[in-house]
Amino acid sequence: MGWILVTSATVILFLQNYPLYIRSVPTENELKFHYMVHTSLDVVDEKISAMGKALVDQRELYLGLLYPTEDYKVYGYVTNSKVKFVMVVDSSNTALRDNEIRSMFRKLHNSYTDVMCNPFYNPGDRIQSRAFDGMVTSMMIQVC
Amino acid sequence: MEKRGLIQRQEATLLDLRSYLFSRQCTLLLFLQRPWEVAQRALELLHGCVQELKLLEVSVPPGALDCWVFLSCLEVLQRIEGCCDRAQIDSNIAHTVGLWSYATEKLKSLGYLCGLVSEQGPNSEDLNRTVDLLAGLGAERPETANTAQSPYKKLKEALSSVEAFEKHYLDLSHATIEMYTSIGRIRSAKFVGKDLAEFYMRKKSPQKAEIYLQGALKNYLAEGWALPITHTRKQLAECQKHLGQIENYLQTSSLLASDRHLTGNEREYFCREILSFASQQAGSPGHKIVLPMHSFAQLRDLHFTPSNAVVHVGGVLSVEITVCSQMPVPVHAEQIAINVHFSIEKNNYRKTAEWLTKHKTANGIVSFPAETSPFPTSQNSLPALELCEMFERSPSDNSLHTTGIICKNVHVLLRKQESGASLEAPSGAALEAGAHVLKCTAVTLEPGPNAITFRTQAKEPGTYTLRQLCASVGPVWFVLPHIYPLVQYDVYSQEPQLHVEPLADSLLAGIPQKVKFTVTTGHYTVKNGDSLQLSNVEAMLILGHEENRAVIYSNMREKASDAALRVQSSDKVTSISLPAAPAYHVIEFELEVLSLPSAPATGGESTVLGMTEPHGKHKDTQKGGHCMATMDHKVSIDCPWSIYSTVISLTFSMPFRTTHSLLSSGTRKYVQVCVQNLSELDFQLSDSHLVDTGDSTDLQLIPLNTESEQRIHSRQAVFFVWELKWTQEPPPSLHCRFSVGFSPASEERLSVSLKPYTYEFQVDNFLTLYSVRAEISPPPGTELCKTGSLCSLEVSITRLSDLSDADKDEALTEREDYFSTKLMYEVVDNSSNWAVCGKSSGVISMPVAARATHRVHMEVMPLFAGYLPLPDVRLFKYLPHHSAHSSQLDADSWIENDSLSVDKHVDDQLDSGSVQSRGSTRSVASSEHKGLPMPRLRALPPGQAFNASAGTQVLVIPSQDDHVLEVSVT
Repeated sequence: MGWILVTSATVILFLQNYPLYIRSVPTENELKFHYMVHTSLDVVDEKISAMGKALVDQRELYLGLLYPTEDYKVYGYVTNSKVKFVMVVDSSNTALRDNEIRSMFRKLHNSYTDVMCNPFYNPGDRIQSRAFDGMVTSMMIQVC
Repeated sequence: MEKRGLIQRQEATLLDLRSYLFSRQCTLLLFLQRPWEVAQRALELLHGCVQELKLLEVSVPPGALDCWVFLSCLEVLQRIEGCCDRAQIDSNIAHTVGLWSYATEKLKSLGYLCGLVSEQGPNSEDLNRTVDLLAGLGAERPETANTAQSPYKKLKEALSSVEAFEKHYLDLSHATIEMYTSIGRIRSAKFVGKDLAEFYMRKKSPQKAEIYLQGALKNYLAEGWALPITHTRKQLAECQKHLGQIENYLQTSSLLASDRHLTGNEREYFCREILSFASQQAGSPGHKIVLPMHSFAQLRDLHFTPSNAVVHVGGVLSVEITVCSQMPVPVHAEQIAINVHFSIEKNNYRKTAEWLTKHKTANGIVSFPAETSPFPTSQNSLPALELCEMFERSPSDNSLHTTGIICKNVHVLLRKQESGASLEAPSGAALEAGAHVLKCTAVTLEPGPNAITFRTQAKEPGTYTLRQLCASVGPVWFVLPHIYPLVQYDVYSQEPQLHVEPLADSLLAGIPQKVKFTVTTGHYTVKNGDSLQLSNVEAMLILGHEENRAVIYSNMREKASDAALRVQSSDKVTSISLPAAPAYHVIEFELEVLSLPSAPATGGESTVLGMTEPHGKHKDTQKGGHCMATMDHKVSIDCPWSIYSTVISLTFSMPFRTTHSLLSSGTRKYVQVCVQNLSELDFQLSDSHLVDTGDSTDLQLIPLNTESEQRIHSRQAVFFVWELKWTQEPPPSLHCRFSVGFSPASEERLSVSLKPYTYEFQVDNFLTLYSVRAEISPPPGTELCKTGSLCSLEVSITRLSDLSDADKDEALTEREDYFSTKLMYEVVDNSSNWAVCGKSSGVISMPVAARATHRVHMEVMPLFAGYLPLPDVRLFKYLPHHSAHSSQLDADSWIENDSLSVDKHVDDQLDSGSVQSRGSTRSVASSEHKGLPMPRLRALPPGQAFNASAGTQVLVIPSQDDHVLEVSVT
């Protein structure tokens, strides 16, 4: 489960490695992001399984930098219900440090919780909430 | 170390400084035995440098940076490998694999840049670029120059020839894939594999590429990544095209043609690929290519006409399906067919007309769940959890000891996940060759929903299940292997049937009644001239009217037509000519029938009732005879469709019940006939007659009925009375026939004359022989009877006639011309108004002569005050004992009264019997003495004894010392 946010880029939310929500801002390279996020799931899985040994309440939801590439940095976050958020950020954007990424993830998590609270939302369906879209858009604009 | 000098001299470039710092870090880390951190930091450094060079817009010749990164990666890896043993390296692949893949990536881009990855080899421009790059590398470092293997040498070699590049690139790629796989990073491995596949495609060796593409595609499909799926499929399609795997290529093409993530042009291209293949192969029949349907078109819904999907043999069924074409362009399909599986229904009843009318699906539309097109494997197809609570109680005290939640569909959920991987496999898209196929030829499927109608004429009865849907475009067959949910239609065959049923609840005899005939034609076609032949029954007439009409309904109960009905009667057969009707229709018509009102023979129904008859018996017969007497008439009908005749039984009920009774007043006799109307109808009665059917001519029956016409309402009774008069000695028994004309009161006019209702009965021994008179006189000295004081009861029994035939029985004794008969009298007070003191019964010898009178005195005590009816006095014939007959006297009542009385004399056998019986239980008294010679009692026929004091009452005043006054008024 997860998300991607490529700097002004994509947000994907997965459930069991199925994308629940994908959004990328430079849409021309979407395929590349998809491949990248998909590959980064390997690292997410690795991190989660490593984390599984830790106590539940001490678990850090933020997974940190998953996977640096030349041009992008991929960050991960996993909720307690194993929904993974993945965010891809342009490496050239030096303004984004760990703390900012962390708070962005927290915002996404809150928003995702709201989506889940919607009684008409079936867990596992693709997210089509307008509020969620709006939040992601505002976050991307902020990042740009 | 020269970098250190450069830094000291402040001549170092940024890159130099970085390299220097990194090399120091490496040395330190290696000293610290942390070689894995080196790999990580190297990767970070390389990424960082590349980024910064970009930011600073440093101009470098194309490929130079890649060369640098590649060399750096390999150098670091070599350095790490140099200081660790094999086992350590193997267990820490996770740290180094990043560098490996980075190096692979860079080598790949170098290869593309220098034209090394192509079939033709590099062109001159590529060669120039290569030369530049090689020159830029400079001379190899002296440290490594002598070793056989060094990153520098590797790069140089790789760039210098196509073959060497291929070797090095493959080495690197395979190594990377292997490493990724070994640490479980399958997705990364697939991704590198895809690069490799691309490389192979460039090198025109698609057979090698295919396996990587398939692997990657499987992975993406399993995880539902739409864009990578599309992209990989596109690559795969190309690969399959090169390989000449026509079937696979067409399948992939059909998937791509329906892929929404592709542009319209691309989709159209793939669609045309299929179509052009189909048109090419059109000339060579026989070879079929079977592809799954879901990428081509999707079945949305299905609609039967008639909507209940039940049709009779020979009927026409149409199936309309809505198919949503996924193709971007209209596709002309030569044939669309549904394979149907036929099975004979064993339980044939379920397929009959009765079943048909009950069983109806909601408007006959079956909807199919839309496949989740963007994610063929998607999680959405997982069924929801079916959870239920479970409570287990201990059997002893019913307290809860276990509770839990059970997931009912575990098997489904678990199986789904396992089989999720093998989705791309063309699972059983085999064509089923069935004998039953619904076909539709030459259909053009427009993009989007298309309605296709199949028509079929039902042939054999049974259940037809729709199995497969297939569309053929030339030799290409798109097959939907299973239609789910299950869709089936039924064909039934029905035997022709005839039903005859009364319109009302029950048929009444004597008046015309309507009977409905229903002919269900079934598979038989009724022709003009077909007729029903009814064999006539004597007592039942079939009334034919001119205006009889038959209505023909279709199977769905829609009125089709109506036609006149011709009824012809001869003395034996009534023939009803049916109107022509097609098969599976219903002909309905009504006929009037008339059953003759023959009364049931005397006896069973009517009992001979007299005034002195005990009341209880009367009630019993009334209870039993509350329902109407019935008559069954069996009619056999010859139907045109069968050689056997149908026998139909019609039950008619008599609307009336008749009872008669003989009434006496002294010696005058009256016959009363009571007609009870049991039906719901009102009748008009007229012309009542009572005739003596015996031969006695001197007997007169004088009607006392005033009105000639009488209306008898439903559930009411009418009485008729005749006085019986005779001049000479009357016969001992009288045979009478009562007849009355009747007609329904509601109808004004009847087309047929109705037969009167008759009732025959017999009256025996109607002459009065004895008159019984009882009288109660107050005790002497008082004027009125008082409660508690004894009064005298005088019973006088008077013989009214001389010896007659009726007297001749066992009780009669003859002694010198003097005839006497033994009678037993009995005083009974059923209402307990009187206490009989002393003997309540006795046997007297009665002379058989007119005016002979016998008087009996006894004492009775009134128990209540008021006008009390006299106690009953009953007379019996006292017959001498004869064989082992038990007493005909109603034993219960007799003994009951006897026990009340105070026994004084034991002079009689009767009394001794009663003494004995008092000790034992009463009811068995008579049976106990079965063996003993017992006298028998026989009640006198009602006409023979006349109770002259019936209805007389005596005034009883309460005694003065009674504080409580009890008054009984009866």
